[in-house]
Amino acid sequence: MQLFPCPFCGPRDETEFHYGGDAGNTRPDGGDVPIDRWANYLYLRSNPKGTAREIWVHMNCGEFFVMERDTLTHKILSSAELGGEHA
Amino acid sequence: MTRRYSALSLFKEGLAGQTGWKQAWRSPEPKASYDAIVIGGGGHGLATAYYLARNHGIARVAVLEKGWIGGGNTGRNTTVVRSNYYYPESVEIYGLAHRLYEGLSKDLNYNVMLSQRGMVNLCHSTAEMEIGARTVNAMQINGIDAELFSPEDVRRVAPIYNFSPDARFPVFGGIWQGRAGTARHDAVAWGYARAASRLGVDIIQNCEISDFIVEGGRCRGVQTTRGTIRAERIGMAVAGHSSVLADKAGFRLPINSYALQACVSEPVKPILDTVVLSPGTGVYVSQSDKGEIVIGGGLDRIPSYAQRGNLPTLETVISGLLEMFPIFGQLKLMRQWAGIVDVVPDSSPIIGESPLPNLFLNCGWGTGGFKAIPAGGTLLANLLATGKHNDISRPFDLDRFASGRLIDEAAGSGIAH
Amino acid sequence: MTASRLATGGSAIDRSRPVRFSFDGATVDGFAGDTIASALLANDVAVVGRSFKYHRPRGIWGAGVEEPNALIDIDGASPNTRATTEPAREGLVAKSVNATPNALADRNAFLDRFSRFIPAAFYYKTFMWPDWHMFEPRIRAMAGLGEVDRSWVSSGPADQVNHHCDVLVVGAGPAGLAAAKLAAGAGLSVTLVDDQREPGGSLGYRDGEIDGKPAATWIEETLAALAAGGHLILPSTTAFGIYDHNLVGLNQRHFDGRRDTLWRVRPGKIVLATGAIERPLPFANNDLPGILSADAALSYLRRHAVLAGRRIVVATNNDSAYEVAAAVIEAGADVTVVDIRRDGMPAAPAKMKLVKGRTLASAIGRLRVEAVTLDDGSRLDADCVLVSGGWTPTIHLFGQAKGKLAWSEARAAFLPGDPVDGIAVAGAAAGAVSLSEVFTSAEKAVAAPGAQVPAAPRSTGPEATGGISAAWPKPGSKGRVWIDYQNDVTVKDVELAARENFVSVEHLKRYTTLGMATDQGKTSNLPGLALMAGITGRTVPEIGTTTYRPPFTPVPLASFAGGRVGQSMAPVRRLPLESAHRESGAVFQEYGGWLRPAHYGGRDADADRTIQDEARRARQSVALFDGSTLGKIEVIGPKAAEFVDFLYYNTMSTLKPGRCRYGFMLSENGVVFDDGVLVRLDEHRFVVSCSSSHVAAVHARLEEWRQDRFGCGAVYIHNATSQMATLTVSGPNARKLLETVGLGLSLADADLPHMAIGHGGYGGNEIRIARVSFTGDRSYEISIRADRAEPLWAHLREAGKAFDAVLIGLEALMILRAEKGFIVIGKDTDGTTLPHDLGSEGPRAKRQTEYVGRRSLFTEQASRGDRLQLVGLTVPQGEAPLPTGAHGIKRSDGRLRSQGFVTSSYESPTLGRPIALGLMECGAARHGETIEMQHLGKLRTATIAAPCAYDPAGERLNA
Repeated sequence: MQLFPCPFCGPRDETEFHYGGDAGNTRPDGGDVPIDRWANYLYLRSNPKGTAREIWVHMNCGEFFVMERDTLTHKILSSAELGGEHA
Repeated sequence: MTRRYSALSLFKEGLAGQTGWKQAWRSPEPKASYDAIVIGGGGHGLATAYYLARNHGIARVAVLEKGWIGGGNTGRNTTVVRSNYYYPESVEIYGLAHRLYEGLSKDLNYNVMLSQRGMVNLCHSTAEMEIGARTVNAMQINGIDAELFSPEDVRRVAPIYNFSPDARFPVFGGIWQGRAGTARHDAVAWGYARAASRLGVDIIQNCEISDFIVEGGRCRGVQTTRGTIRAERIGMAVAGHSSVLADKAGFRLPINSYALQACVSEPVKPILDTVVLSPGTGVYVSQSDKGEIVIGGGLDRIPSYAQRGNLPTLETVISGLLEMFPIFGQLKLMRQWAGIVDVVPDSSPIIGESPLPNLFLNCGWGTGGFKAIPAGGTLLANLLATGKHNDISRPFDLDRFASGRLIDEAAGSGIAH
Repeated sequence: MTASRLATGGSAIDRSRPVRFSFDGATVDGFAGDTIASALLANDVAVVGRSFKYHRPRGIWGAGVEEPNALIDIDGASPNTRATTEPAREGLVAKSVNATPNALADRNAFLDRFSRFIPAAFYYKTFMWPDWHMFEPRIRAMAGLGEVDRSWVSSGPADQVNHHCDVLVVGAGPAGLAAAKLAAGAGLSVTLVDDQREPGGSLGYRDGEIDGKPAATWIEETLAALAAGGHLILPSTTAFGIYDHNLVGLNQRHFDGRRDTLWRVRPGKIVLATGAIERPLPFANNDLPGILSADAALSYLRRHAVLAGRRIVVATNNDSAYEVAAAVIEAGADVTVVDIRRDGMPAAPAKMKLVKGRTLASAIGRLRVEAVTLDDGSRLDADCVLVSGGWTPTIHLFGQAKGKLAWSEARAAFLPGDPVDGIAVAGAAAGAVSLSEVFTSAEKAVAAPGAQVPAAPRSTGPEATGGISAAWPKPGSKGRVWIDYQNDVTVKDVELAARENFVSVEHLKRYTTLGMATDQGKTSNLPGLALMAGITGRTVPEIGTTTYRPPFTPVPLASFAGGRVGQSMAPVRRLPLESAHRESGAVFQEYGGWLRPAHYGGRDADADRTIQDEARRARQSVALFDGSTLGKIEVIGPKAAEFVDFLYYNTMSTLKPGRCRYGFMLSENGVVFDDGVLVRLDEHRFVVSCSSSHVAAVHARLEEWRQDRFGCGAVYIHNATSQMATLTVSGPNARKLLETVGLGLSLADADLPHMAIGHGGYGGNEIRIARVSFTGDRSYEISIRADRAEPLWAHLREAGKAFDAVLIGLEALMILRAEKGFIVIGKDTDGTTLPHDLGSEGPRAKRQTEYVGRRSLFTEQASRGDRLQLVGLTVPQGEAPLPTGAHGIKRSDGRLRSQGFVTSSYESPTLGRPIALGLMECGAARHGETIEMQHLGKLRTATIAAPCAYDPAGERLNA
């Protein structure tokens, strides 16, 4: 059972959180976005082994936030409010 | 030296103290170049090498494995083999795998213990039975041996299921595939390794890829912990770590890596003949020939490369199991583990040339890679040998994400949204 | 008799409380405090079970969790119970496993004579012709150990406890007790767990004097001080796993009929004082009953007053066995020690015969050991052989926590290597031997910067020494030398694995099954890999260990399940008016997680007729329906209109306050995710009415886009679904009925037209009425505070009597909406359905503003001409409804192909004929075409039609 630090509620059990995707995966708007660009946004993932920067939501308080963690060791490196990040 | 496996050779070797057996596969030093390199010594990689040699006559092939062969998801799964899929494209690929499995022991001269004791996907409500009917009809139309089971049919194949009237997930029926079953997972890897090695394939263990050699925009080989190895074509079948290698090759994939846990109980005398899957609990279960109850469930919900099980998911899975089979409440958990699986948005595999020309992909099998090993190997071998798709692999190309031509089995059964 | 109970002694047993139980049908007498194993030993029961593969007779080896042999089935308890850790209880019925009819006379014992033909992994080499399925049933029947009791009934769910402490000490031997004492002294909260019933570990039966006191006194005082200090001591509790972020799983046994308890402990620090496990020595037939771990024999002697034999050979390669030899001599046994070493041994006790520089070559005997031969060919008669092959530190938990191991040549064992954050290892687990070393390691384990740790205990008695000369199994050994007892893996099997290139330690394990038995290789793993090292000319650390995986010992499945049993596993959601519906005779079913009335009255065989009746009467006059599960999510704020525009496929910002509009929400991949009516309450306030089963998901989606794209100051989202009940009145007489109730607003069509909302009051509560229709008839959805809904519902029912109103459940509603061609997302759509597949082309063709999923509606796939589109289906007159799930089929190139399927199908009582909805290829353009349908192999025909089968002009909305 991992403990994730919600920037609003403090450390909480992993089961209270939901993964939201890569941080910084900005949505391209428009009906004429090149299809590859759109498909990249929709489907391509960094999926790093090691340090990852991700969007998470703490389902209990409903807030989205950015968390950096190691996907191999499960060590938590940081968590912060969204501040302009896009899920 | 005894090469061929049979009851007779086993008997003769028994008289000789079992001392005449050859190595199941050779462990040569890597050569400087090959016709083809297959990265990943799991089931898919070893099968690819075997079919390259057998189907295409290309035996100057190296399988590069960073650890020990069969040590990834091939040796960590719940060993289910089935082809009860909804879409024709899926039926083609999993049907091919299933047929090859049925002849695999003889083909490889290695008993992979394919045990076709059937599998039932339960339906827990009228709505699920309607989807079940839709699914069974689709399978029958596509030529798969599927049947729609009544509650009595389910009781016949899994009498110890929880049929009590106050069960949380009552049985309204199920989807049955009689040809489904299990196979011995390690044997699949070892059998392919042995057969491939005998056809001349070099299996190189403890050989990790550090980089790809790119010349003129094309992949020409790999740098490894055991030196530089060049090849005309390179394939990769490294489930769970596909994104890691893709990153080295300079592209991204539509994949997230998640841990999938499995566990076994202590071995007990036969109590459950078939594979049973409950969509209500998300749990699937069978009993191995050794007697262990083999239990699988949903993914851990956190992207991860840590190959270790985790308590919350285990608790959910076990509670689901006991809801399905209350009498398993007397059993004990003997071992739990996890594998890292490639999770793709449509849960279908990715097979085809990668964005780096000359590098071919076999990845994205999610939780279902084991059952597909013979097909994954056949299709990647075909790509490596010809550079082209065949009709079966074509729909699974990476280009489907831009075209929107996804093959989402869950979507077909109406549960993915 | 050879093994026997001594007349006096036994710190664990209470001779005033005899217990009697049966084993394989024979009576066994023991005392309270006995384990089943100690009682069997006291009764000189040598053969207690049969091995997995060769059905070799096996006796008790150990006295704890490492036991590979003595597995038993107990009536009403778990199969494969270790006799060494299970207390003897009065009346208990125990049976050996894998033996028919019993362990002594197992009819499958003949298999051992064929063992040369069935070595490790033989099954991969045969059973291929004609087919594995010919052989498998017999193999399966032979495999497995214990038996599942098919009549077993759970005595209730297991408790699960979450627990926090500063320090969790695992193991209450000398190191653990000392660490707990020191941590408590430093002011930390301590939890001390031990898998034995009696804390003390080896101090409970080995010599020791601490701070001038006998060990027993020191144990007692230390435990008393910890208890008095409010620290938690959990005996009979196994720490079975260390998981992510150092969460420790414990399984606690109770022995009072309660199920075990699962503890999830989140300690500030973990001290692993888990001790060490004695290894066997390699010699031929080293698995014969009567051959025990020397340490176990000492434990049985001191704790249970059981002397394992009269004529004992002690075989050792290390110092620890000498204390055992002295103790069994003192208890009256005749003892010969065979030590592999020539010198450097501890002083031999009086009366002990010592054979230096020799090892055992083989044990002789059939069902129990009768003699041994030494490597010089000499023979010693013996009724018992006590073996000490050295000590394997119990570092499983450290390994699970990804701790790296370091090989110690001096200890001939792997010790914990680089420290892991938050975990310290102390005592024998860290390689300590003497009590002084143990206490020093405990002090180190507890030490922390700034902590005021008191002085460590001092060992004041004789000190154990750790001299050892490694004695690993060797290639080319004569006879059959067992390594993994339970799974029948011998030296020859490991040699075979090496010969066939299964030289990686993980391949060795999988190929031979070494270490994969219920004991998980606690006694066999290290000897096995040391042998592989010897065969392949590598060192032990070069070979390495297999991955340590939880659980340390098998844990009841019930502990993991805990209270998530039956309805508590996934509780259904319930309506505020459930009891009122029950009074009305509602038959409930689960729909999308909600328990809702399917119909009112008419169970089982009468259900269909009842549903038909409800649906017909609803069209005739007026129907009452509880629609409370309908989503009611409020979107509020200055950017609310812009927000709903983005979230919906349909433009919503043009909606006027007080009006409603139907629309789709899409996923980013374009697929229709939900449909429903959006209500605009005022300029900056909307209510999203989403499908009942989608409320949580829709809410999550709204929140995601709000925070991601719109910012928290511009939009606010409030999910009011469960706060509000929604009561629906539908039918030609709906308005007339409501006018008799008095809702405080004008219901005239000019004031409240279709797709408008009005505000009124009932019983002092505000109500909101929406003229929205899912039936196609004039309908009013009245929303009111959930806890005030009951009087209104009662009033509606009472007032309805004058109009022959009918209560309808969800089944009748499904018929009514299907008659109109109204879809249910997830039933009439699948995960590929795009809005234009449902006939909604407008926004896709015309909308210029951005919305979720927009770009995905223009992919190659989205633009194909052969997409599945929503259709109605009719059947030839007189035929039954189409089965839901039937496919439309096409034949091309001699192959069958699906061209779509039936998603909803009912008998329409109003139309007097079957109706159906489906998704069909190019369906919208094929109305009137008759196609072939297939269901479970049977064929029939259907004709494609418009989805709406009833009142296509929509006149009934205002009738």
